[in-house]
Amino acid sequence: MAEYQTAPPGAGSGRRLLTWIDNRFPLSKLFNEHMAQYYAPKNFNVWYVFGSLALLVLVNQLLTGIFLTMHYKPDAAKAFESVEYIMRDVPWGWLVRYMHSTGASAFFIVVYLHMWRGLIYGSYRKPRELVWLFGCAIFLCLMAEAFMGYLLPWGQMSYWGAQVIVNLFSAVPFIGPDLSLLIRGDYVVGDATLNRFFSFHVIAVPLVLLGLVVAHVIALHEVGSNNPDGVEIKEKKDAQGNPLDGIPFHPYYTVHDIYGVSVFLFIFSAILFFAPEGGGYFLEFNNFIEANPLKTPAHIAPVWYFTPFYSMLRATTDLMVNALCVIVAAAAVAAILRGGFRAGGKVAIALVALVAVYLLKTFDAKFWGVVIMGGAVLILFFLPWLDHSPVKSIRYRPSWHRIVYGLFLIFFLALGYLGSQPPSPAGNYISQLGTLVYFGFFLLMPWWSRMGVFKPVPDRVTFNAH
Amino acid sequence: MTDQKIDGGKRTWIIASGCAGAVGAGFLAVPFVRSFEPSERARAAGAPVEVDISGIKPGEKMTVEWRGKPVWIVRRTPEQLAELPKLDKELADPLSKRTTFSDTPEFARNDTRALKPEYLVVVGICTHLGCSPSDKFTPGAQPSLPNDWAGGFLCPCHGSTFDMSGRVFKDKPAPDNLEVPPYYYLSDSRLLIGEEKKA
Repeated sequence: MAEYQTAPPGAGSGRRLLTWIDNRFPLSKLFNEHMAQYYAPKNFNVWYVFGSLALLVLVNQLLTGIFLTMHYKPDAAKAFESVEYIMRDVPWGWLVRYMHSTGASAFFIVVYLHMWRGLIYGSYRKPRELVWLFGCAIFLCLMAEAFMGYLLPWGQMSYWGAQVIVNLFSAVPFIGPDLSLLIRGDYVVGDATLNRFFSFHVIAVPLVLLGLVVAHVIALHEVGSNNPDGVEIKEKKDAQGNPLDGIPFHPYYTVHDIYGVSVFLFIFSAILFFAPEGGGYFLEFNNFIEANPLKTPAHIAPVWYFTPFYSMLRATTDLMVNALCVIVAAAAVAAILRGGFRAGGKVAIALVALVAVYLLKTFDAKFWGVVIMGGAVLILFFLPWLDHSPVKSIRYRPSWHRIVYGLFLIFFLALGYLGSQPPSPAGNYISQLGTLVYFGFFLLMPWWSRMGVFKPVPDRVTFNAH
Repeated sequence: MTDQKIDGGKRTWIIASGCAGAVGAGFLAVPFVRSFEPSERARAAGAPVEVDISGIKPGEKMTVEWRGKPVWIVRRTPEQLAELPKLDKELADPLSKRTTFSDTPEFARNDTRALKPEYLVVVGICTHLGCSPSDKFTPGAQPSLPNDWAGGFLCPCHGSTFDMSGRVFKDKPAPDNLEVPPYYYLSDSRLLIGEEKKA
């Protein structure tokens, strides 16, 4: 507990008010801890702007969402019409709505870039595992938020997209059909579904999301930011105990981020005003037709930010399951022949592999598609424990690691593109390969991340004053 | 703290009341979870529907809504019926033996999958992810379909194909044949969909 403070004699009214507040609420303390005396590495590059941008887009989504809720009607008979009403009749309603719908895509662009930054500079490594875990949970919440929000305009794509995703749950063995009935609240996606998705979208998930964002930032400020060199700045401190390679977040990085925000807003406004539908990627054209439960659109694709995972779902056919069986068997054989296990361990590995193959062949490919799609997101949570490389940043990893990261990125983008396209045999083979590359990248990381000749990591960050 | 003695009795009671609280919270969760179930109104809307099928010409399809799902009634031509047994080898489950996702009525575990072979009655929702397949009754080569296509349905979402009995072809995303709903004939031209005839 802080001592009671008195303002210096002759202080202005502002100073006296701050002292009054500080005696009752840790305002200055919080500001100093998180802004003015929060030391961030001085070698941040452009990748470090996306955290602040994510916060900006979150505020945009909350603010525009509040105003949209004032005009929107969560009723299957009125929802589509009320969105058109917002677009046509509510003064400036079109802008608020487009800020929200384009903002959703902007959110995912910013968050994907933010995650990629974490990936290449090893920002998830010890001691930042919890920062990463909170971040992954935020990503999961965002996906739920985006999915449920997309149902609300009650267009054809809203309807059939929800139908497809809710039906994913019915693939779960034994409880599946009852589970999807519980989610829908009706035998098909209907008014009950729309109403509960509305409730989740406007209050339940945002509450969790805000809590997680606070936890993410608190955890980050506890351990301090990583940087492009992956050097711990807290290890070299000056006489006052401040990191030599750190500078106070405020004013240095607040100014830096305001610059980033300006550039972002330039691009965001250009899209918002000139291409708010993002060429059919941000708002799909089919969604301008009201939901019709008796007619499926010719081609159902999720919004672009879900397409990589959707591709993996589609790629899981019987052929893919057979390939997975072969991979599990090969991994087990390799572990038994090459791994230093005792006899008991080898028997256990063989048993586990047999059970895995048995389950793969017993349940339908549809179920495994759902498992793979969910697993693709959940595997991110394990990243801190999969990466065994002796250095954090890609700067000091063997050069060929860049190729591994590059391949991973290319396949992820290819999966994303294919997920937005109608199914085709060639596309399906590429998706299957992409799915294997995606999971191989993570599951084989304990081995490949240790291999190669690592470059020496400097004691201090590399920074040229300018 | 360290030199304080732990009062075992108190700790037991704290644990016991904590557990009792957790059980109470579990009971409290029941009404909230149950409120997610279909409401009485939704259940009532799931009642059986009566259909007049006298207007369907051979080779035509009629769609009716039951529980908000499209139910198709297809009057198959003799040629279409003749094709069905030939396809068995290309189908994933020609005799509808699998019951993973839905219980196929006894009368539908064969090639025609219908009470009267002429009239196919199936739920028009793909067993993969709930899209509604499109009609591809014309035989022959066409986009997204094999060259020896004998007529059937194509799901536009993920490319699953079904024959004229709603049976899924091999190595397609859909795991199961199209669902045959419970139904029976009230008279020669009237169907009741949603209920099986009580013996």
